[in-house]
Amino acid sequence: MSARQKIREYINSNLVVLDDEAEFEDADNIFQKGYVNSLFAMKLLNFVESEFQCKVDDSDIVISNFSSVDNIINLVKKKKDIEE
Amino acid sequence: MSTTTEAKTKEVKCVVWDLDNTVWDGVLLEDENVQLKPGIREVLQTLDSRGILHSIASKNNYEDAIKKLEEFGIKDYFLYPEIHWNPKSHSIANIQKNINIGMDTIVFIDDQKFERDEVQYNHEQVECIDAVKYTELTEMPRMNPRFITVDSGRRRQMYMQDIHRKNIEAEYTGTPEDFLSTLELEFTISKATEEDLKRAEELTVRTHQLNSTGITFDYNELRFFTHSEKHRLYVCELTDKYGSYGKIGLALVEITDTHFHLKLLLMSCRVMSRGVGSVLMSFLMNEAKDAGKKLLADFKKTDRNRQMYVTYKFANFIELDEKENIVLFENDLSFIPLYPKYLKLTITE
Repeated sequence: MSARQKIREYINSNLVVLDDEAEFEDADNIFQKGYVNSLFAMKLLNFVESEFQCKVDDSDIVISNFSSVDNIINLVKKKKDIEE
Repeated sequence: MSTTTEAKTKEVKCVVWDLDNTVWDGVLLEDENVQLKPGIREVLQTLDSRGILHSIASKNNYEDAIKKLEEFGIKDYFLYPEIHWNPKSHSIANIQKNINIGMDTIVFIDDQKFERDEVQYNHEQVECIDAVKYTELTEMPRMNPRFITVDSGRRRQMYMQDIHRKNIEAEYTGTPEDFLSTLELEFTISKATEEDLKRAEELTVRTHQLNSTGITFDYNELRFFTHSEKHRLYVCELTDKYGSYGKIGLALVEITDTHFHLKLLLMSCRVMSRGVGSVLMSFLMNEAKDAGKKLLADFKKTDRNRQMYVTYKFANFIELDEKENIVLFENDLSFIPLYPKYLKLTITE
């Protein structure tokens, strides 16, 4: 599975609204769309760090880096060489 | 003072008991008529009433040991019992993880030196005690919390409710937030009163993982803040359909001409998965905004409170300054997260 798919799948399985109602594109801001809450933010951070074996610096812990699949991919790319 | 000695002065949160020749005389596998050691029931009861939890690390057949504990009428004192043939250091690690407390707040009591050494080798911060000293436990300074509050008296029950909730949650198939909405959560934020202060002090002393500054305040300091025009001290209580989690949160705000300055924010680890930290944060943001001010927050980074750091950052706090792990956050309040739909929020004056 590609990194992009893994992230999408993780967000999908933790979405606040019911799965069949939720449709999001990789560029969508998932926080603004109200799909996820701040409780999810910590879990998402843990997921990214364990899945991609990297430590996100404090300065990179800002909503914008986690607000869409694209942004998460870019964040991970800063740390590691990954296959999208 | 070395760090090890220092750590072993912390108030004890859990005593982990061996069974054979510790809780009872004899070895259960060899003699099914083992007898409780004299006075053990009273030791268990006394510590329990002080809010100190009990657990078990015993090498025994699980069913037999549980049956014996039931016969003695003491089974319910023990949370997350580890009864099997694996090393006791593993058992302690599991208990620590399940109860979600620091290793430095655990005491292990066993009659066998080998077992104590094995635990000590793997968990330096655990205090290991020879079972012959069991009657002395209640006298140890670490076993005598400064205050016994309503919440300490019912701590075991609250943990039992938590186990019940966890089992239900594990079987739940919907999203985490759907699960939360089934709990009928009610979150109450109120200004601290005289009666809240003991529990408030207890919270500052007991909470490390979700403490924003690591500062502890004593009763008199907290009392001062409740009477001060320049401060506000809030306490939070959480309940759901299974019962009350108790008073689980605290926030201290200093009011300046331009800002609400958050000096301390803390939450009990037991409610970590309920998302109420963000609710309290939104409440404080709204209070500051209503007063026409911005919000500042002190924060001390430790290796244990990263979750809280992340909560601040995701609530749009910007780091104004950082010196030796002490951060000053500011929030311009341009974006205040809405209260979640899965809980009922009550704000009392």
